[in-house]
Amino acid sequence: MFTCEQTYEPIEGGVPVAAATPRMSDDRSALSEQTGWMLRVRDARDKAAFARLFDHYAPRLKAMGMRAGLGAAQAEEVVQDVMLKLWDRAAQFDPDRAQVSAWIYQIARNQMADLRRKEFRPVPEALLTPEEPEPDAAQAVALEQETTRLRKALSALSDEQRQLVEMAYLGELSHAQIKEGTGLPLGTIKSRIRLGLDRLRHELKGTRP
Amino acid sequence: MTTGITHHIPQPLLVAYASGALPHPFALVVASHISLCDECRAQAVAHDHAGGAVLEELSGSDLSEGLKGDVLALLDAPRVQARPQGRVGPYPGPVMEALKGAPPRWKRMGLGTRQTILHDGPEGSVRLLYIPAGQAVPDHGHNGLELTLVLQGAFRDETGRFGPGDLEVADDALEHTPVAEPGEPCICLAATDASLRFSSFVPRLLQPLFRI
Repeated sequence: MFTCEQTYEPIEGGVPVAAATPRMSDDRSALSEQTGWMLRVRDARDKAAFARLFDHYAPRLKAMGMRAGLGAAQAEEVVQDVMLKLWDRAAQFDPDRAQVSAWIYQIARNQMADLRRKEFRPVPEALLTPEEPEPDAAQAVALEQETTRLRKALSALSDEQRQLVEMAYLGELSHAQIKEGTGLPLGTIKSRIRLGLDRLRHELKGTRP
Repeated sequence: MTTGITHHIPQPLLVAYASGALPHPFALVVASHISLCDECRAQAVAHDHAGGAVLEELSGSDLSEGLKGDVLALLDAPRVQARPQGRVGPYPGPVMEALKGAPPRWKRMGLGTRQTILHDGPEGSVRLLYIPAGQAVPDHGHNGLELTLVLQGAFRDETGRFGPGDLEVADDALEHTPVAEPGEPCICLAATDASLRFSSFVPRLLQPLFRI
């Protein structure tokens, strides 16, 4: 079923026009606590907001590290490195294209893979961001709603299926073992992220030769 | 971003990449394809959201006392920020990282074909291949999985046509003979989880010599 998530249905309504879109700061109330904290870290270098993110994610990151076979001390090293990267790279956080949890997840699995291999894991080229990005609260809110749906779908799975999904995303299955699917509705979230990417490409067109 | 890509990354490989479980040679090819393909980038980020959902649902482990204070105290400490390599010519950022920013150092393999080995280890190997226009890549089968990403030019084989950004996924069932199209030389990034076994052109005995 992992292989059947490729139905990329378009989202009704498409991308809202920029002129009708409220600035992010006008509509933060519709976003999750975690996104709000992350935006405060990004925009105001707010250490209190960072501490909230730490309280929420650090114990989960430690658990993720220990699931990956790290000892407690090494898992805490990963927690420290991931949380510091979160602080250092906050400017790259874009709620139009990723939720905080997804963003932290990819930082964490890169950090763990680097630690295992003692060399950098190949990562895709970073996307250029426009100098003055036009925040699109509607896009960020829609992505948030998709993520909420995804989490509901995850908790609605049978125990067996849920375990399989956990194992797959915690790196406990090889690519050859990942043949059975998840039943997670990734098609719609992928379409939503694609809209964010298209919008970014469109903005970049105007600013780059 | 490259337009006109028709051959994408299969989902199981994207999930394994997202989770960090994909061996290094294949991860380099997947990261390179994502650098060229917004469709697969969006799909990869969707898998990160599934990973993020799993992370949110994990019951946390207790932290050592003092960890939070340590991290907060380090926020303002100076840290060296890595400067990632960007794309150069046909080579996407992850390939330039593997090349450490230098141009490929090609080794001749005969009939104008050249290679640059980027990584060779117990989990497989990944290399750049340079095939002159119109030239066939030696007929070969595979012991396991082979991923081939076209960076420049194009090739055709029994399964179809592969242009810039296209990814061919071959397993040990496929005996294929890729032929570079006329025009510019074809440059590919190819990863295997085992040594290639050539059925002609390079005798088996010579394989260790060529490390292919």
